[in-house]
Amino acid sequence: MSLPRYAARRALVGAGQVVGVATVVFVLTEALPGDAAVVIAGDQPDPARIALLREQLDLDRPAWHRYLDWLADLAGGDLGVSLVSQRPVAGVLAAGAAPTVLLAAATLLLLVPLSVGLGTLAARREGGRLDRALSAAAVGLYAVPEFALALLLVAVFGVRLAWLPPTAVGTGGDLLSRPAVLVLPLAVLLARPFCSLSRLTRAGMVEAMRAEHVAHARRLGVPEPRLWLVHALPNALAPVAQQLARTTDWLLGGVIVVEAVFVVPGLGTALVDAVTARDVPTVQGLCVLVAVTTVTVNLAADLVAFRLAPRAGAAT
Amino acid sequence: MTSVIPAPAARLTRRGLLGGAAAASATLLAGCGDRPADTASDRPRRGGRLRAVFAGGGAQETLDPHLANLFNEASRAKAMFDKLADYGPDVSIRPRLASGWEPNADLTRWRVTLREATFHDGRPVRAADVLHSYARITDPKRAFRARASLELIDLRGSRAVDDRTVELALRRPFAEFPNVLAAFGAYVVPEGVDAFDRPVGSGPFAFGAFQPGRSLLLRRYADHWDGAPYLDELEYLVANDESARINALLGGQADYAHDVTPTTARTYAGDARVRITRMANSTMQALAMKVDRPPFDNRDLREAMFLLADRRQLVDTVLSGAGQVGNDLFGRGYQHYADGIAQRVPDLDRARFLVDRAGARGLRIPLDTAPVASGFVETASVFAEQARQVGLTVEARSGNKDTYWKDILTGGVLACYRSGAMPIETHISQRLLSTSTTNATGWRRPDFDARYARAVSSADERARRQAYGDMQRVLHAEGGFLVWGFADFLVATSPRVGGVSAAAPANTLDWARFDKVWLG
Repeated sequence: MSLPRYAARRALVGAGQVVGVATVVFVLTEALPGDAAVVIAGDQPDPARIALLREQLDLDRPAWHRYLDWLADLAGGDLGVSLVSQRPVAGVLAAGAAPTVLLAAATLLLLVPLSVGLGTLAARREGGRLDRALSAAAVGLYAVPEFALALLLVAVFGVRLAWLPPTAVGTGGDLLSRPAVLVLPLAVLLARPFCSLSRLTRAGMVEAMRAEHVAHARRLGVPEPRLWLVHALPNALAPVAQQLARTTDWLLGGVIVVEAVFVVPGLGTALVDAVTARDVPTVQGLCVLVAVTTVTVNLAADLVAFRLAPRAGAAT
Repeated sequence: MTSVIPAPAARLTRRGLLGGAAAASATLLAGCGDRPADTASDRPRRGGRLRAVFAGGGAQETLDPHLANLFNEASRAKAMFDKLADYGPDVSIRPRLASGWEPNADLTRWRVTLREATFHDGRPVRAADVLHSYARITDPKRAFRARASLELIDLRGSRAVDDRTVELALRRPFAEFPNVLAAFGAYVVPEGVDAFDRPVGSGPFAFGAFQPGRSLLLRRYADHWDGAPYLDELEYLVANDESARINALLGGQADYAHDVTPTTARTYAGDARVRITRMANSTMQALAMKVDRPPFDNRDLREAMFLLADRRQLVDTVLSGAGQVGNDLFGRGYQHYADGIAQRVPDLDRARFLVDRAGARGLRIPLDTAPVASGFVETASVFAEQARQVGLTVEARSGNKDTYWKDILTGGVLACYRSGAMPIETHISQRLLSTSTTNATGWRRPDFDARYARAVSSADERARRQAYGDMQRVLHAEGGFLVWGFADFLVATSPRVGGVSAAAPANTLDWARFDKVWLG
């Protein structure tokens, strides 16, 4: 099978997956108690008012009817408007995506050099004081859940010592306008993946340095730094790369926790608010965005794999 | 009763969480906070941007003042718009855009005079703007919150006498019509306006910039009829989590943190970075018994419930002491409150006797609660414990917080309930008449309805006050609301902020009001 044909087939499956996710989410949101009309009515739940709201919001039509309309609009690239604010959902997504993508990208950008570097350093001093200190710190840090770590960091560095802003309140989502607000959230996001990745790098390096080809290179008189960087490190990084892919998944969840604690108005916050308000079109739009992202990332990974090993890919 | 607690000198290691370095830095910070330059002077000062952090409604927020529902929406609406009247500290009616009102003899036509006021674009506020605003709110195809209050107005029969005089016709005689002018959400918007992307109002602050769910920046409106604000700018920020709000204040990212818990207030009582303002009589805390169905259609059982409640314990535990005990009546401290009725105190022996007489010993009563308001879940567990002492098994049943108010309106028999400030007349008309749409206790008494109707259609103020007293005595004796307390509303500010009123229950004019507040 040719690459374009394979890509087309996978893209079709991906589109099906997105629609599947959207359908499941729609059914689940419908299954929640109450609807947007009830939530808007709040502590003044006058039944006549709720009925009127329902009529206005088009919630009095059957669910499948509304779902098909939504799907038709989606096919035309229209995500619809929020039930509560009547603003386009696409705008809500665009506004929420900026801080979330920034946090995730900055985490990955810092994570790789930091964990590979420190992992390699620990491996070079295997059994030494630095190695043991790093191991102990990594194991200890890994045991702390992110929300607990976040609250602790806020209490100590934000509130008590007042070295860093305790929240991102006032940045309006533009975190780069005051980079100091990024420090604590990034520290939380980095903590756990850093532990696992640096431990993996260290283990990989220790093993690689004992490998036959490295010993051979050493006998040939290859200088030590070159030995580490060129002969050992690439071998050690294979499991690290796999772990990194898993970390990217984890990051989305971690970002939601971090958004809540540090008041970052990103996608996680938008999703929580939309579910609370039973704002079905916004919930749907957010889920489609997440589904499209996930499918695209996986598709890209599969295409790379197909390019490298076409037969393996063709079997799927 | 109402007091601003000044920040005394900081205690050093308040929580003993950290070692010497932290204590040293706390000392340094405390030192900074004590400098006079960082503390608001007693005399108002011009200038500056106040950053106020509230819980918000997320990306769904709008600036339509007629849609205001949440605290931050109410405060924003008040900053940018005016109502004809508003609630004073005792929830009596204060004229605002209206300089006065005069009914005809049978109370069916009210002539309202407007003050000389302008919208932010310079146009004068006219009678036509009032008529447009009220027509918008009462549009039968829309569902604005204030519609229920304003429905009494017959807009077809109403007219603009001239630009500054509007004559409002009512569908029936109503002596308490000024309550309607002050209703939650009854804001005056310019004639013809139906979109609020860049709102133009007549309030003390004009629109600057808006990011839904994130921030709203407003600018001082120098020509406001009530005097221009002291602040140059007012910025509303959003943090739904209470600890995030107080952290933003402590971290210098905000100057005013709306709605903090009594626990937070106590934790930072000695911190020079925080000043707590307590607004007493803000929130009625109650249990709503449905009187129209078993078991609470039995008057003895209701009285037993009134008598078994240890109100002091509820206030001390659920509200951490930040409040006063209630006497099974709404509106403590408000105009027309029946404060002559003796305070109920626990009487377990009589409660047991009444429970037995009602044949209710060992009865299991489900109590609906949900984490919809602070203290609800705690109320249920404390009250269940109290009820056990007289042989009742109250079982807390936690519901969905997003739909709670609708669920308890018609379902269940006993529910945690709360209410913000409103005139006692409004409380009665919205919740205690046979025709009330949010009658959570199922209180439907033709004689009570008739007494209310007589009272509000009479121009005789003394007779009216007498009637309110009588109605409250009936409710106290056998009503469905077990009002056990009134919670203080707590606001935390930086010491730089001056002029925050402590005598303003939440929802009244001076609460969350920023045109009379200054910085430095």
